[in-house]
Amino acid sequence: MSATTIPYEAPRRRTNWPRLLGRVGIYAALIVWTVIFLFPLYWTVTTSIKPKEAVIQGPKLFPWIDFAPSNAGWFPLLFEQGQRSAFVRHFQNTLSVSLIAAVCAVILGSLAAYGLSRFQYRYGPYDNTQIRNFFLAQLILPPAAVALPILLMFINLGLKDTREGLVLMYTIMNLPIVIWIMFDQFNAIPIELDHAAQVDGASEWGAFLRIVLPIAAPGLVAAYILTVVLCWNEYFIALVLSSTNAVTLPFMIAGQVTSQGVKWWSMAALTCAAIAPLLVIGVLLERFIVRGLTAGSVK
Amino acid sequence: MTVVALLAVLIQALHTVGAIGPGFDSWRPVAIIVVLWFIAIDVMVYVDGGVKGQRLLFLLPALQITLALIIFPTLFGLIVAFTQWDLGGVSGPVFNGLDNFRKMASDGFFWNALGNNFKYVLVAVPLQYVIAFGVALLLNQGIRGQKFFRVAFLVPFMISPVAVGWMVGRSILDANRGVVPKGLDRIGLDRISFFDQPVPAFLGIIAMDSWVAVPFIMVLLLAGLQALPTEVFEAAQIDGASPWKRFWNITFPLMLPVSVTAIVLRVIFEFKLVDIVRVVTAGGPGGATDTLSLYIYREGVESSNVGYATAMAMVFLIVVLVSVTLLLIFAARKVRDVVY
Repeated sequence: MSATTIPYEAPRRRTNWPRLLGRVGIYAALIVWTVIFLFPLYWTVTTSIKPKEAVIQGPKLFPWIDFAPSNAGWFPLLFEQGQRSAFVRHFQNTLSVSLIAAVCAVILGSLAAYGLSRFQYRYGPYDNTQIRNFFLAQLILPPAAVALPILLMFINLGLKDTREGLVLMYTIMNLPIVIWIMFDQFNAIPIELDHAAQVDGASEWGAFLRIVLPIAAPGLVAAYILTVVLCWNEYFIALVLSSTNAVTLPFMIAGQVTSQGVKWWSMAALTCAAIAPLLVIGVLLERFIVRGLTAGSVK
Repeated sequence: MTVVALLAVLIQALHTVGAIGPGFDSWRPVAIIVVLWFIAIDVMVYVDGGVKGQRLLFLLPALQITLALIIFPTLFGLIVAFTQWDLGGVSGPVFNGLDNFRKMASDGFFWNALGNNFKYVLVAVPLQYVIAFGVALLLNQGIRGQKFFRVAFLVPFMISPVAVGWMVGRSILDANRGVVPKGLDRIGLDRISFFDQPVPAFLGIIAMDSWVAVPFIMVLLLAGLQALPTEVFEAAQIDGASPWKRFWNITFPLMLPVSVTAIVLRVIFEFKLVDIVRVVTAGGPGGATDTLSLYIYREGVESSNVGYATAMAMVFLIVVLVSVTLLLIFAARKVRDVVY
């Protein structure tokens, strides 16, 4: 920090009490928010090691102090045949549906976004702006509005309760988001690069695949991760379309209700296992998620 | 290929309505033919279309899947909306004119759920916006450990609403087992049983929804704050403007475009609110937390009353489209007034 950039700053000789108080206030507020944002996570993790009594007796907060930890939640999930294979099945469904749907959405979406950012289309009264708005407008569509006609179609086509059906629905639901992110991304890449590649003999598709796409890779990653997160947590469409076969993790979480009441410890352990991959993604790839979320809205 | 595809659709359509005998048992072979037809079009456009065709191929697959999975189901839904169709029954769809819409007009559950949707939007979105703006401003004060706080504040976004509903709604907020009612008990408020009374239940749902939604708005606003030109603030500081004045006269107006984007997106997503409600209250008590998405699900999937539920879905679609369009027009005007 040199004096030329901030000439107005007060000399730092004596303690600036208002400023110090302000700082303390800011950190205090941030810590309060951290607690609010992280407490449910802490609660879930501790509940997963609570014995039955500790859950029923009322809120117990600290393991080893308030209650003696138990393995009632984790043990069946990790080692008991039935519970474990059910978890693996739900996990595999969620994983494959999310990853594949995200691949489809990113491929279709970035192709469309590239076309809209580079070429002038005109079909009757429809030009680029209208086509782009047509795609983005699907973001507005509530899933409940199309879920039933889709259900009827899928019953007839034999796609109900299949992973393929879910992949199709998640692809189409995330397509507008990918187009939004990638349109912004491609627009930030100068078109001169495409032209240079074409002068060197590449076709328009060649320029796209070999020159532009690698440069847009961070945007692709952002779009992909955001789509995976949204698919992973999706519940409503899965609830309408799936019953016994293509069931995803949220189903299993909601399924820990037995005739003797809710098995909170199992549910908490299951929730931990279901959200752990996303939390790892969130911590390691926060940059890309933020990039995906803010695409197109901040210039 | 085009001829084959159209012919297949035509024959199957006539077969389904019962006009002719030959045809497939289900639409599956027809769907496969249509998909092959789509692919054939893609190939032809690329091979025969010249430069124009090669450019069109960038758009075409996205348009085709949208046509198949959004446009076609919506049109199909428009037909189903005018039928009485019980999925559990044997009769299949029976055309019943405007009956569904007449029933809807006098259906208290429908109006209650639709009203709740607007209540959620009007109460939750401003609340989430104010909280998110506050947190974003705090994070933008050049604090240490910004990276840690940013990651911590993004956590709720990564957690499935179903998990939030169970672990927060039915566990932390539970009257007997939960921490929050116990804490409120300690500070003198009677143990609130959140989900037994209409207003606390509604507010409880909003609290959980906000917990999930605030990170998203905060990320947008923080990116906006970090993109603001610093010169303006330095100039204002030299002029001796108070932080309060600086916020209202500089930060807030400059942030308006980002704010509008965040609010519009939140309104869109708030209209879709369903999973937390289903898990925590299933719409109760007395319909106080019901949303139209959930009511459509109960009617269409749980009661198999597809015709009526689809009619509601079509009305919902129109209501949401009109509301968001009006909001966009209003927002564009507001931004123009302030920025220019």
